[in-house]
Amino acid sequence: MRPVLIKGGRVIDPSQNRDEVADVLLMDGVVAEVGNDIGTPDDAEVVDAVGKVVAPGFVDVHVHLREPGKEEAETIATGARSAAAGGFTGVCAMPNTDPVTDNQAAIGFVIKQAREAEAARVYPIGTISIGQRGERLAEFGSMISAGAVAVSDDGRPVVSSHLMRTALEYARTFDIPVADHCEEPTLAKGGVMHEGMVSTRLGLKGIPAAAEEIMVARDILLAELTGGHVHLCHMSTRGSVDLIRRGKDRGINVTAEATPHHFTLTHDECSQYDTNTKMNPPLREAEDVDAIREAIADGTIDVIATDHAPHHYESKERDFDDAPFGITGLETALGLGMVELVAPATMALSVLVRRLSTDPARIFGLPGGSLVRGTLGDVVVFDPDAKWTVSVDGFVSRSQNSPFIGRNLVGRVERTFVGGRTVFQRGSE
Amino acid sequence: MTAPALGKDLLGLESLSATQIKLILDTAEPFKEVSERAIKKVPTLRGKTIVNLFYEASTRTRISFEFAEKRLSADTVNVTAKGSSVEKGENLVDTARNLEAMRIDMVVIRHPSSGAPKFLAERIQSNVVNAGDGRHEHPTQALLDMLTIRDRLGTIAGLKVCIVGDILHSRVARSNIWGLKKLGAEVGVCGPQSLMPHGIEHLGVTVFRRIEEAIEWSDVLNVLRLQLERMEAGYIPSLREYYRVFGVSEDRLARAPKDLLILHPGPINRGVEIQSSVADGPHSVILKQVTNGVAVRMAVLYLLAGGQPESAEAAKGSVRGGME
Repeated sequence: MRPVLIKGGRVIDPSQNRDEVADVLLMDGVVAEVGNDIGTPDDAEVVDAVGKVVAPGFVDVHVHLREPGKEEAETIATGARSAAAGGFTGVCAMPNTDPVTDNQAAIGFVIKQAREAEAARVYPIGTISIGQRGERLAEFGSMISAGAVAVSDDGRPVVSSHLMRTALEYARTFDIPVADHCEEPTLAKGGVMHEGMVSTRLGLKGIPAAAEEIMVARDILLAELTGGHVHLCHMSTRGSVDLIRRGKDRGINVTAEATPHHFTLTHDECSQYDTNTKMNPPLREAEDVDAIREAIADGTIDVIATDHAPHHYESKERDFDDAPFGITGLETALGLGMVELVAPATMALSVLVRRLSTDPARIFGLPGGSLVRGTLGDVVVFDPDAKWTVSVDGFVSRSQNSPFIGRNLVGRVERTFVGGRTVFQRGSE
Repeated sequence: MTAPALGKDLLGLESLSATQIKLILDTAEPFKEVSERAIKKVPTLRGKTIVNLFYEASTRTRISFEFAEKRLSADTVNVTAKGSSVEKGENLVDTARNLEAMRIDMVVIRHPSSGAPKFLAERIQSNVVNAGDGRHEHPTQALLDMLTIRDRLGTIAGLKVCIVGDILHSRVARSNIWGLKKLGAEVGVCGPQSLMPHGIEHLGVTVFRRIEEAIEWSDVLNVLRLQLERMEAGYIPSLREYYRVFGVSEDRLARAPKDLLILHPGPINRGVEIQSSVADGPHSVILKQVTNGVAVRMAVLYLLAGGQPESAEAAKGSVRGGME
């Protein structure tokens, strides 16, 4: 593999609080050097990064790659390429596939497909319970030995508090997070959007904020009880943020993520019954969006995760009640972060990079998220000033179910390296 | 030919102006008389094909639409979910496109999902009439309610109309709120808080927790049917308890400062939301609503087909000429 010298870019490495113009040398699959006087090795490819940002590749702890089972919507390969196009060098694949990824053979399948894709790294997440049925623990140890990095029944909440407690305790053996989809099922039952003024007007069944917050509170209490690491998926309400903040203040081992759509859009987006505004948790109210933004800025919410949920167009081409939940997110995350968080000065660019790379790698114990010499050569080069418009034709993902189509964004990935190898280059996709 | 008065579809009253709503009510007036004739037919929609696409069981709304269509001389087909390709899993858009490929002119749709008529309307060329979608809107019901109130009290503006019952699940309530408010009425809602949608007051209505207060305030009560399933789903303890706390009874009405006009969209649960003697009493206009339903639906179909409101009288008159 040819060495790569990325020259003259603004190097942002939150893992060492570095933010300065420098060169980055990738060699033998790792970051060989970062500095200003790096000699160009013979045969090295030199990448001109003047005016660009050079950062650790982004890590998304929450994506759905649909393989096996829904390959018409996405495969591990197309998802890994979509990730690379969005600047992600590692993604954690949720196990709610068909069949469910709840055993070591299934984990091994994800690993194999990802290796063949030669795009972003894919880290499988195993289920908490066998068949995601919420009854008996899956074999964490066997799944981890095959490559799983965390466990989650995402898509479904862990209804039994006893099971959640046991999972948190058992996961301590392996030092992995237990990621929960927080939704109290009797309150959320039949709901298709946020319960509020808009659902009242549209006559759609709402999911109250309390359905999420009840489970957030429970999970934090169980983390306190067990000492286990609970990771709260896709936080969407102001109340959840308050609960997490209080849990962290008490030293409880809780981490949390929020999606770009939850820091960007409100339930008003649903008013035309557009099924690309249907996701779970649903789009909430303006004050929730404000709380999520603030929480990402101050670290109450540790990471931005996309909950990338591709769906074939046919399945979204239905009335609102019948359409599936979820939107794609990998390719719009950076642009939304730039426009919605950095441009209004909610946070510095270096904080956005931290929430997209260093922090997710750290809380899930993954390699990467850093440009320290000797770490993985997983690097993103993006143009923080590039203006672009999200379009149906522009997606690398196999699916286009995005509410952001037509939106003008700023900030676009130019090139993504995984292990020192180019896995995405704009203009050649 | 001027621009259609209502646009392509009738999806709800939220998007209509007061002028458009009045236009429908005024257009319904001449059509009332058609149903009183020995030969209840005018040729207004002769040659037009209308599909009644019902994804939910309905007797009265479907029959009312069908009479309206037939009295306007349209050719009609009824498609119900049971026993059709709909039941075999064909999705809404495929069903609609197949029907449209047979060159139809209008679809009257009843669907359990809110927004389904809008979804359909955006995807087919035919006119779409919402005959009730989920808990969203039921515009022709609200129109016939308003026509009935106007018949009896002469006006809508300035009246206090309270909708009583399961507001949460009611498309009739939402359409009435939009329509009545646009025509200048004050609107109240009354029912158990467990059946009151979140933030309903933001629609500009007064919320009453007690039926006694609602009765004291109102000129008109529109009493909604209480679905048995609400009890099973735990929203209220029992039907008996519901009647005790929220039932519209003679006793309660007797204490009102004035006589109230009583509406009910039907079918009635006697002794649950309303006492039989009230439903059958002198202030009840429940059957009048049913009669007006046909006229209102004729007006809607006529206007959507491009008929001019000022020609409605002539349109029905021309039949007579034709018949002689």
